[in-house]
Amino acid sequence: MSDNSTELLHKVADSEYKYGFYTDIESDKAKIGLNEETVRFISAKKNEPEWLLEWRLKAYNHFVSLMESEKTPEWAHLTIPKIDLQGISYYSAPKQRPEYESLNEVDPELLNTFKRLGIPVQEQERLVGIVVDVVMDSVSVTTTFNAELDKNGIIFCSFGEAVQKHPDLVKKYLGRVVPYTDNYYAALNSAVFSDGSFCYIPKGVRCPVELSTYFRINESGTGQFERTLIIADEGSYVSYLEGCTAPQRDENQLHAAVVEILAMDDAEVKYSTIQNWYPGNAEGVGGIFNFVTKRGICEGDRSKISWTQLETGSSITWKYPSCILKGDHSVGEFYSVAFTKGRQQADTGTKMIHLGKNTSSTIISKGISAGNSQNAYRGLVRVNRNAENARNFSQCDSMLLGDRCGAHTYPYLEISNPSAKVEHEATTSKVGEDQIFYCKQRGISEIDAIKLIVNGFCKEILAQLPMEFAVEARNLLAIELEGSVG
Amino acid sequence: MLEINNLHVSIEEDGTEILKGLNLKIGAGEVHAIMGPNGSGKSTLASVLAGKDGYEITEGSVSFDGMDLLELDADVRAREGLFLAFQYPIELPGVSMSNFLKQAVSSVREHRGLDPLSAGDLLKMMKEKAALVHLDPSLKTRAVNEGFSGGEKKRNEIYQLAMLDPKLAILDETDSGLDIDALRIVADGVNTLRSPDRSFLVITHYQRLLDYIVPDFVHVLVGGKIVMTGGKELALELEEKGYDWIKGDASLAV
Ligand SMILES: Nc1ncnc2c1ncn2[C@@H]1O[C@H](COP(=O)(O)OP(=O)(O)O)[C@@H](O)[C@H]1O
Ligand SMILES: [Mg+2]
Repeated sequence: MSDNSTELLHKVADSEYKYGFYTDIESDKAKIGLNEETVRFISAKKNEPEWLLEWRLKAYNHFVSLMESEKTPEWAHLTIPKIDLQGISYYSAPKQRPEYESLNEVDPELLNTFKRLGIPVQEQERLVGIVVDVVMDSVSVTTTFNAELDKNGIIFCSFGEAVQKHPDLVKKYLGRVVPYTDNYYAALNSAVFSDGSFCYIPKGVRCPVELSTYFRINESGTGQFERTLIIADEGSYVSYLEGCTAPQRDENQLHAAVVEILAMDDAEVKYSTIQNWYPGNAEGVGGIFNFVTKRGICEGDRSKISWTQLETGSSITWKYPSCILKGDHSVGEFYSVAFTKGRQQADTGTKMIHLGKNTSSTIISKGISAGNSQNAYRGLVRVNRNAENARNFSQCDSMLLGDRCGAHTYPYLEISNPSAKVEHEATTSKVGEDQIFYCKQRGISEIDAIKLIVNGFCKEILAQLPMEFAVEARNLLAIELEGSVG
Repeated sequence: MLEINNLHVSIEEDGTEILKGLNLKIGAGEVHAIMGPNGSGKSTLASVLAGKDGYEITEGSVSFDGMDLLELDADVRAREGLFLAFQYPIELPGVSMSNFLKQAVSSVREHRGLDPLSAGDLLKMMKEKAALVHLDPSLKTRAVNEGFSGGEKKRNEIYQLAMLDPKLAILDETDSGLDIDALRIVADGVNTLRSPDRSFLVITHYQRLLDYIVPDFVHVLVGGKIVMTGGKELALELEEKGYDWIKGDASLAV
């Protein structure tokens, strides 16, 4: 790559995070540190039933045993600094808990935050009929009501509210897909999760709007442990959007969310994410650690779960949205764009576990690395003994911007049924000097050329996102690429 | 319009000198052809004029429409009205033609102080210009040059030329690899685009193209220098005798 292009790419890669600002809302925090008291405090704060406290305590004890046996996870391509779990507060909630009828009544600070993010919530709501459940510092401070949801019997609320109003559903499904014993951070989340979202789509209902939640980490030094549970009953359909940006801060923050999805017979769930947590400064200081467990089970026959993600943020991302294809003819999909720059590290991918007959999965992963970042795809396709006629297609493409970054691909295959058909394709390319010159020769500036080329590279993934989300995604990618130039 | 004086160019990487004191003057509305054997430096000249990285200009100057061309970045040259039809057009996977042209046209228009085109007007213009080189309108949804046939790629270059309305268009072997029908289409397109305020520099290895795009001047480039200049008859003479007789001359000239 020519000096000019390389220099520009380095500038792009070092560009400052544009979404760094705080929202000043009073909060009510748990004492710092992690112990049984903390777990009880959170559960009491949230007025939880006894069974849930017990579940949390079991998870806590499991976590403690993992900690004591020093079973902290280690991954090949991540360098994770030691996280001081005793140094963070595990619960923080805005002091008042107002119930709003409309966003107009919401704290103007919050609205201002959205404005600065370029997400006109009210406009979005009005224009596209999105119901936005804002999870800010763990407790849902505003839930916009949509009569449409009620009418169809759809439940979409904060996790805390679901525990109060629909305890049977929560009790039945919590931990079904991601048990607290699943992994280190899932155990931690299960013990101290503060809030999150809950969604239930009844039999035969096609959810008429996109369900959207914006997660924010807001309090300095607060661990954020969300829990999301989505249940799509027989023959239902829902498209769920999760987007997040986080304010700038000095200390590293741990984000360990758990998302569980269940799809019954003929149900379909589309889960889309834009992840834009604060990645740290150019030296990588102060970014979010994003250790997420996301998993869906295609419980019923002909059910389908699609994960689509645009990952641009966090200093470290560890995340493998996965599908367990249990029902016959069930379908799992994973579409991902991961963009890393500066000192970011991303290790992301998926697991497709084929259990039922005639199941199929598709994996398309696009990694873009810039600066000194490391970007790894890690994916597992497992076909169990009884999974007749399983199909998988995987494609993992990496693009390098500049010469100081790394791209890695680790596809794992475990095939125990000979009828399986599995295809894997992988490419690595550099944004070509020739491509940039071709664009420039048409009058397009270098930065616009890079944007065009990167957008082109990600096109088939962005096309999976719901329309208005795709626009946001493209804007986000553009901002990420812009840097100090342009 | 364009004036090249004593241009010396080396490959940045290894210092090999490719252009060795090239002189060329193109007036407004004129069509100049440059012919020469493979490896004589034709594409190098085109690339250097367009502002591609990787070359070192060790001596000489180039003025374009009164400006010092070599001082301008490649994208600025394009906006100022210098267009290069690539010998080997580049593929941009996933970048649709319409997106690409929208970006290009708006950058160019903004620079030239023109109002942005409405989406409708742009589409209309795209349709009109595509017809000029018989390109299918469905092309706009396809990725730039990806999966295009050889002939489509070349016609696509002329299509972009038409869209960007340059003052000087350099065609680098636009004829190579074209069958006679495609050659005619391309030449007709170019002839339609000829105008008193648009000059052309037509680089070709064969005389054939010049039957259709009739040049005002023909230059022969050998060994990094223009060794002979004449009218359109010179092309025919070259066709007949080959480059060898000039090469002899050129080696004497060095
Ligand atoms: N980027 C480059 N690196 C190394 N050699 C080059 C490069 N570009 C051109 N050359 C060399 O310069 C000479 C002229 O090439 P070129 O300008 O493409 O010739 P033509 O277009 O007349 O066939 C050739 O010997 C070619 O190998
Ligand atoms: Mg050439």
